[in-house]
Amino acid sequence: MTLKIKNPGLSTSIQDLGRPGYFHLGIPMGGAMDRFALRAANTLVGNPEEAACLEAVFMGPEIEFQAEATVAVTGADLPIDVDGNPVEGWTSFKVKAGQVLSFGFLVSGARAYIAISGGITTPEALGSRSAYPIGALGGVEGRAIQAGDVLPVGKVAGVGAGRSVPTELRRKPANPAELRVLPGLYWHRLTEASGTGFFEDEWTVAPEADRMGYRFKGGKPLEFVDRDQPFGAGADPSNIVDGCYSYGSIQVPGGTEPIVLHRDAVSGGGYFTLGAIISADMDLIGQLQPHTPVKFVRVDMDEALAARKDRKQMLQRIREELS
Amino acid sequence: MSQVLSPLPGTFYVKPSPEAKPYKAKGDMVAVGDVIGLVEVMKTFIEVKSEKAGTFREYVADDACPVSAGQPVASLEF
Repeated sequence: MTLKIKNPGLSTSIQDLGRPGYFHLGIPMGGAMDRFALRAANTLVGNPEEAACLEAVFMGPEIEFQAEATVAVTGADLPIDVDGNPVEGWTSFKVKAGQVLSFGFLVSGARAYIAISGGITTPEALGSRSAYPIGALGGVEGRAIQAGDVLPVGKVAGVGAGRSVPTELRRKPANPAELRVLPGLYWHRLTEASGTGFFEDEWTVAPEADRMGYRFKGGKPLEFVDRDQPFGAGADPSNIVDGCYSYGSIQVPGGTEPIVLHRDAVSGGGYFTLGAIISADMDLIGQLQPHTPVKFVRVDMDEALAARKDRKQMLQRIREELS
Repeated sequence: MSQVLSPLPGTFYVKPSPEAKPYKAKGDMVAVGDVIGLVEVMKTFIEVKSEKAGTFREYVADDACPVSAGQPVASLEF
């Protein structure tokens, strides 16, 4: 079975759960920005949770199915349409050969996940089908999808229509969105007043935010503690001797606009990182539109681990509901 | 009257570069597929095109301001 891409939308890409294990070589994990939504979409259509889906950002693609399949769309609220008929999100539905899936204007959220029974079966690169265009890995010949692409899909019977994720398990950002932060190794570089201000200010998502990093604007510039410039560090107070970055780490070049490194992150560099977004909130970032107001909320390690446990339980509830 | 809608969220621009004139002015003819403005998102500029033909009336979204998906950015007359 194959899918024919009639219109790719805006940088719609093939994503699974990524390729962990190569970050020390500068190759990021990649994979779905909203991993929870991808797992849910796959579970709805009876796929293994890690199967490859399409990740559409801000705009949906237009896809023609060459054979019958079960499909589900999760994540952003992007109105779904099959041959002119509206279809529910977070719910499995059947398509017949020749039918066309298309989307309306984005209502809320940012990224929609389109799972097809059998999963997309393009070749793996370093253990993943996720597109990482900067490294020309995965996806369709290392890139996002284009009009005219024909994507292979695994052959399975597919589960039935009407399987649905309960509404309370469809996680969406609040307004303002709250992103929990664990202060990190370089927190001491900020003055106490500036550190407090970072959490008090309201920030907004900058339009250039993408899979590599989410940039935020609108808060007060950060103030740094005076220091002697270390050997090997740049002259700006936001510079450090080059170090490793983690997923979710928050760098603030020049102290002005925080950037949260996301799934396609660079692995190291010379900016201090004031801390990291906790793993439980990384998926939420993937659902933030440009200009969305955001508050950063300070947490400690215990709260971060409790939040991670909560997320695991939500996922477990979806598995049980749909088993 | 008909409206041209932004297909996606981002920052809307009425002209191709800061020094250039706006794409359309009042009274200009608009053909299907004509570029009306740009939306900047993810370091990319996406052209906003008219899906209808008509006469340009006005921009209803401001230059360099945030827009959401489906928001009207310009209006046309027939």
